[in-house]
This record gives sequence, structure tokens and C-alpha cells, in this order.
Amino acid sequence: MGIVSPGFRGRPRSGREKLPPGQYLVTDFPVLSAGPTPRVDTSSWKFSITTEAGQAHSWDWAEFRALPSEEFQVDLHCVTKWSKLRTAWRGVSLDTLLAQAQTSAEYALAHCYGGYTTNLPVADLLDGQAWVAFEYDGRPLAAEHGGPARLLVPHLYLWKSAKWVRRIDLRAKDEPGFWESLGYHNYGDPWREQRYWGD
Amino acid sequence: MTTHLDGNVLAGTLGELFAVDITSAMGQCASCGTSEAMGEALVYTDAPGMVARCRTCEEVVLRVNRTAGRAWLDMRGISCLELRIPGE
Amino acid sequence: MARAAVLGRLTWQVGTVAEILEETATARTIVLDVPGWPGHAAGQHVDVRLTAEDGYSTQRSYSIASAPGPGRLELTVQRLEDGEVSPYLTDTLRPGYPLELRGPIGGWFVWDPAEPGPVLLVAGGSGMVPLMSMIRARAAAGSGAPFRLVYSVRSPQTVLYAAELERLSKTADGFEMSYVYTRSGPPGVKVRIGRLTPVVLSAPGWTSKTAPAVFICGPTGFVEAAASLLVRAGHDQDAIKTERFGPSGG
Repeated sequence: MGIVSPGFRGRPRSGREKLPPGQYLVTDFPVLSAGPTPRVDTSSWKFSITTEAGQAHSWDWAEFRALPSEEFQVDLHCVTKWSKLRTAWRGVSLDTLLAQAQTSAEYALAHCYGGYTTNLPVADLLDGQAWVAFEYDGRPLAAEHGGPARLLVPHLYLWKSAKWVRRIDLRAKDEPGFWESLGYHNYGDPWREQRYWGD
Repeated sequence: MTTHLDGNVLAGTLGELFAVDITSAMGQCASCGTSEAMGEALVYTDAPGMVARCRTCEEVVLRVNRTAGRAWLDMRGISCLELRIPGE
Repeated sequence: MARAAVLGRLTWQVGTVAEILEETATARTIVLDVPGWPGHAAGQHVDVRLTAEDGYSTQRSYSIASAPGPGRLELTVQRLEDGEVSPYLTDTLRPGYPLELRGPIGGWFVWDPAEPGPVLLVAGGSGMVPLMSMIRARAAAGSGAPFRLVYSVRSPQTVLYAAELERLSKTADGFEMSYVYTRSGPPGVKVRIGRLTPVVLSAPGWTSKTAPAVFICGPTGFVEAAASLLVRAGHDQDAIKTERFGPSGG
């Protein structure tokens, strides 16, 4: 730890909301990115699920929007320590998207326009825990926040909620994604503060 | 929309890991083969780590993640790094 | 130009505030005594780290404003309205307070007084700080390298180092400058209000044919606009070095 700077308080950190350890509350919506914002037109957008057997199922934008979707409100926790509560989205549940997939795969790897990847257990995508979200706060999801559509898995740190998602591979073997291969925790549970390897 | 900063911004974090200045080092991009000073890289810092991209092809040349007592460095995006060693 | 005698990695050091100078209503120059400070090259910066009592810490980069020299260095900080760090540095710091920093940092966006060639400096707002280090280094070294500064500001009230720049441009030793006023100009003087244009960037003896080394510093939008204008005017991309401060301008 560095020397204490006399009189320095920093941004407000304590509050009445219950947050995961080490987090602070924000009211804006910070934009984090590892590269330029992909600009994907819905006319060329495609989302696919591939199984470990090599089977693929794809939806174009019209097909995707024809699927049943739901509105939901969740809290977001970013590993960079900000949390934003009660955010409102609309999206298609991964339960719906995975319903047709014939798989016994335990692991998933999400791929995105722009090259980003992140990995998760398939179990964390099921049972109402994950969506492919296309609306935020009642409006079409902005490109800087992952639009046209992003993965949303709010029970894990936000780097797992891959922006600009284009494909999810269901795999027999786990493969670490972009941040997981650079020191970030393979699972990433904010309530157990699993930020880095070994946490 | 996110914009990038210039490669100078790498100098602080990498200066903790390298004994010589990294921003004047010439890096050869493993994706497109262009050689550029690391100071010319496009650097994204609004992220859980620092990501430097090739000015020519925009592929990732270097990534670094820094936390208390640990740093992770991925330089697979650079096929060769030529460093200037001062005083020689 | 300062060179480390022994190779070693950057580590944090604690400096002491010697003086705080008012540059404008919202900008301060912090004069720091740093024991063992090896000196710096014009254009380099330091990282400053602030730590609260509960251990929370955050850091920011600030360009060194002073000419290269051992022991003491100066940082000029612009107070940002929603800033977390800058208001502490401009309003809370007092002489005698400690300040944790590491540096000097950066070997690419630097100017060496041994270089005789012409230099074009383009500053947007607080992007003036590292360029001022270069101007001061030039004066301290007695360098005759031709320097031209184009300094874009909102208004005369936001100009950093106004008196010093005026004095330097009056000594006919190869330093010249132009202001660009984007919101309001000096009272009683007819001057164009607006952003950077190709006309301002070029001047007699200062065209792309002059092939100066170019340093551009300021908010990201400003840097991109200036670099684009210069490349379109024929300046070689490789001769242009940029330091973006990010959208808020540092």
C-alpha cells in the first residue's frame, strides 16, 4: 500500500446498498473495452450455438427477434470495482437458445464481433441465469454497451457478459477466454471476490 | 464509443516490469509484420487490463493486467521486440 | 537528456510539495522536491498515486512542466469538475504535503535539445504542459532549433504560462507562436474564434516542406483533428508524435 495522502477521500465508497466485497456503487454506466467498438448492422448480424459434436444452429436478426424474450432487472458487478444496480434489459434466455441443442458439454466459450472471448460452465448459462440481451432501459442496446446484442450473466463479474456476442461454442474441454488467460479468475463469482487466479 | 490513447501510456505500467523504456522500443506485429515504435501503438486502458493494438492492422500486440503484487503480460502479438539500451 | 546510469524498473517514490503556483483560476503548478530525482527528458510524465485512509488508491498521469534538471520537478494540473484526483491536487495539497509518484516515464514523446531540427508543437488546452517542458528545455540549453507553437485554448483566461510565453516570443531567437481561441478572444482585439484550421497550422517557413518534427498533445478529439489536418497538408505521418490525454483532456 502507498503512503496515505492527507485529506484524500476519493469517490464515495460506502453506502446502504449491499454490494459484493470491494465494490462501489455508480449511477452512470461506464464503458470498458479492449478495442474499437464493433459496428454490426442487424442486417448482417448472426448468432450461433455450436455443440461439441459439431452441430450448429444459427439465427439471423429477424429469427432471433421472433424468439420469446423477456424483460428483467439485474445488478451488474464489474471486476474494476464498480457496481450498477437494478439495470433493466430485454433479452432472450439462454434456456430458449439452448433448448434445441443436443449436448452433454460442460463448458462454453463465447465469441464476439471484434474478437473478444470469455468462457463459462454451461450450468451457469441455464436455469434463468443468462440472456442474450438486445434492449437496455427500454431502448435498442447501444453499440458501446455491446449492441446489437450481448451476453448477460449477472451472477458473475461483468467481463463474462460478453459484448457483441456472435457465437457460443459448447465444449467438452474448458478453454480460458480473453481475460481468463491474462490472470482473471476462471469462474469469477463477485460474492466470493474471485477476481484473479488463485482467489 | 471508446477511443484509444497513445503508446506513451504503456510506459508507466511496463516501466515497472522492464528495466528499459518500452515506448521507444520497436515491436514487430505478429499479425501483419509491420514494425512500429511501441509509443505508436493504440492503447485501450478503459478495461480490466491494458490492451495495445497495432497502429496498422489493429490486432492485439500486447496485453497487461496489473494488481497488487502481481502482473500478467501477454506479448504473443509481438514477434520481435528491439529495445534501446541507454548508455551504450 | 537524462539517462539512468543503472538499469532498473520504475518504483514509487515520495516527493514533498515545495510550492503551489496559480497558473489560471483552475490550474495549479505543483513544485515537488523528490530526493534522488534523476532528472527527466522534456515531454516525459509521472504517475501520481493517491491513497485514502482505508487503503483505496487511484492513480493518474501528469506531464512534467519543468525543464530537465535534478532534484525538483513541476507538474501543472488542470482541475476537472468531476475529477477524482485533480481537485485534490489543485485544492487540497499544501506545501509540506507528501505526494507519491513514479517516473520519469516515457522515451518516445520526448524532445532532445541536442536535435537542431525545426519543431512544430500543437497544444490543446492542458496538452500544453509537456510541450512547455520542451520549450523550457530549449531555452535552458540555449538551443537554436526553430520552434513554432500553435496553442489552442478556450479563452485568454485558460492560457497556461501566458506571461512566460509572451516573453519568449519577444526574444527573437527562433521561437514563435500563435493562439487559437475556440470560445472567446482577448478583449478589444479582432481575432478569429473557432477550432484549429489548416491556415493556422501553416506559416511562412513552417509548411510540410520544412519537415519539422511535430508533437501534438491534448484531448483525444483535438489530437486526432490536428494530426489529420497536418497529414492532409503533407506532413509525414512518421514525423508526428501524439499524446492523447483521453476524452476529458487530463
